[in-house]
Amino acid sequence: MGEMLREKYVRQPTPFCAGCGHGIFMNAFLHAADEMGLDFRGTVFVSGIGCGAWVPSPHFRADTLHVTHGRAIAFATGVKLARPELNVVVISGDGDIATIGGNHLIHAARRNVPIKVFCLNNLVYGMTGGQVSATTPQGDITSTTPQGNPERAFDLVALARGAGAPYVARFPVVRARKLTKGIINALRFDQFAFMDVLSLCPTQYGRANRAKLGFEGPSLIWGMLEWQKEVCVNREKAGPEEMNGKILIGEWYAES
Amino acid sequence: MSKDRTFTIQLDEDLCKGSDCYICVNACPKGVFAEGERITPKGLRPSQVKDPDECIGCEICEFLCPDLGITVEEVGGTERVITSTPKGGATAPASGGWTTVQSSLDPGTHYMIGDEACAEGAIAAGCRFYAGYPITPASEIMVHMAKRLVQTDGVFIQMEDEIGSMAAVIGASWAGIKSMTATAGPGFSLMTENVGYACMTETPCVVVDVQRAGPSTGQASRPASGDVMQAKWGTHGGVEIIALAPWSVQEMYDLTIKAFNLAERFRVPVILLADAVTGHLRESFQVEETMELFDRIKVPGAPPFGSDDESGVPSMPSFGEGEELLITGSTHDRYGVRKTADPVVHERLVKRISKKIIAHMEEITDYELYFEDGAQRVVVAYGSTARSALWAVKAARERGERVGMLRLKSLWPFPGELIRDWGRRCEEFIVPETNLGQISQVVQQHTANPVSLVSQTNGEIMDPRRVRDFLMGRKSH
Repeated sequence: MGEMLREKYVRQPTPFCAGCGHGIFMNAFLHAADEMGLDFRGTVFVSGIGCGAWVPSPHFRADTLHVTHGRAIAFATGVKLARPELNVVVISGDGDIATIGGNHLIHAARRNVPIKVFCLNNLVYGMTGGQVSATTPQGDITSTTPQGNPERAFDLVALARGAGAPYVARFPVVRARKLTKGIINALRFDQFAFMDVLSLCPTQYGRANRAKLGFEGPSLIWGMLEWQKEVCVNREKAGPEEMNGKILIGEWYAES
Repeated sequence: MSKDRTFTIQLDEDLCKGSDCYICVNACPKGVFAEGERITPKGLRPSQVKDPDECIGCEICEFLCPDLGITVEEVGGTERVITSTPKGGATAPASGGWTTVQSSLDPGTHYMIGDEACAEGAIAAGCRFYAGYPITPASEIMVHMAKRLVQTDGVFIQMEDEIGSMAAVIGASWAGIKSMTATAGPGFSLMTENVGYACMTETPCVVVDVQRAGPSTGQASRPASGDVMQAKWGTHGGVEIIALAPWSVQEMYDLTIKAFNLAERFRVPVILLADAVTGHLRESFQVEETMELFDRIKVPGAPPFGSDDESGVPSMPSFGEGEELLITGSTHDRYGVRKTADPVVHERLVKRISKKIIAHMEEITDYELYFEDGAQRVVVAYGSTARSALWAVKAARERGERVGMLRLKSLWPFPGELIRDWGRRCEEFIVPETNLGQISQVVQQHTANPVSLVSQTNGEIMDPRRVRDFLMGRKSH
């Protein structure tokens, strides 16, 4: 199906590094879009600055709005309010959406603007050279935290839920089928939807933390994908002990 | 997934990024893929399909390939048909240009504050989207728009800050709706990055800056004209901009309409540089029965970011028209394709988005002359300061001074030719300003005549006596 998805939805090959998690998300997103019959002509993709922002722009054969750093959700709010009949989808990274643009995220969740936000969370600023982000786990190595990140990371699911988002989800790219189903659920949801997509950056985050986190395996990216499988547990299936120290994945609908 | 079914696996070697990835090699539970042996001209070693007969059709390789380079299909399975939607809109007729419309306000005399007249001008111009954030002395524009946009089926939103306000305004403009925001100095500072984005993406919109005494929080309810240079140079990169300066409630209405027309005509953000006096002053103004409005030119299928004319304004499509728009603040070619390292494309773009303004100077420039007959000295004034200046010029004329006045209604692009022309006819220029001297410096750039600044930065309306005394003092020496 890869070839068909490319021909139908993608303008050109991506410039992402080998093994980039954002590419896996892009793949899942297009599988989801095709399965649900998302009308690309009636969809506007909004993205900010950073590697994640390059997933829709310039790649998707749809209207794309590639904006200033951190402001994708605010631009998307304007588009959606002006033309409610359009699907408005934000795809951008953790630096863009959760760090510089965090204020717009919580206010869009509070307002319940019916846009869909996919935060491609690779735990680091990839494009600018591996600097710490608001989602970098405490203790991890980045180019601006050479002795380990002294700050705590945002739990984006808790943040979005606390701000009132009626649909919140988190899926790792390694669980590509679950991720695809989640994307469909988010796109079909008729209110504000937020997804913390656990992506991976082998180039910046992987190399810096290979020794610390023990990304083992025949290749760095494969080691990271295996690590994702290990640290993520399904929130619905796991018991309290299994959840301990793990990253919960799944979907959280607000009780209405 | 039973083995009585067989599958074909296509792997696109041109897309495969090779040994640093090899996700497929590691992910396949049946060992269908192997590390590559061939090195491509790009220096990559793509993976290879070694054992296709082993494939059980789980498609994990296809799903996890970051480059969409793998296609798994069942032999004899349902053939997938590509039903790509064709690029559309080409059959729609071109639209846009000048039209004469009935005024939305009743013709005749109205009485309100400048901020409200500005909002009424916006409604009259067809503005149906407002995003803003409260700030003195501009809040009354927002409050009035909140009410009027409900009545006109428009959209109003109070955003979380001025950065988001400017962003939402640009988003709405690309959705096809005339949009605006209003603010004052501190908020204008926050908006400037996205004002630059609007310049680069050629997005029509109107930004009203009801100037107050700065810097920083300064005196929130007091007038000043300290943001004149900020309007011109505030956004990084340096590009031409259009800014208008109303001096009355009448012009808060008229120049807001003009601002929308210029924004739509040239596909630019237009700054309306009001101040706390013109914003809060309450006086009467006249509304005509009909008015001229310009709507952005739309030629379906035309390149949205380029023109064969080096000072041309491209056609502007909207979202949802099937144009597959590529809108970006990065350097882009005429179709919006990013060209972030191409010197020719960058220079051509930066020059055109400035030339489209400079080359239409005559259409943009707006001014009024007072007592120009035999004027040896010319006062150049703008905004509310021009009210004080005109009183002073009249007073000096009554005492026999040969003083005239040029009132600039458009500040940017600066009408340098007008100054050069007057410089040949008069002996000197006097520029009263409620800042430390901004337009006075620009006037000096366009004339060899002496240019005197009458500066007042006390948060008060320009004291007319200060200007008069300056004019008279010169005579007595």
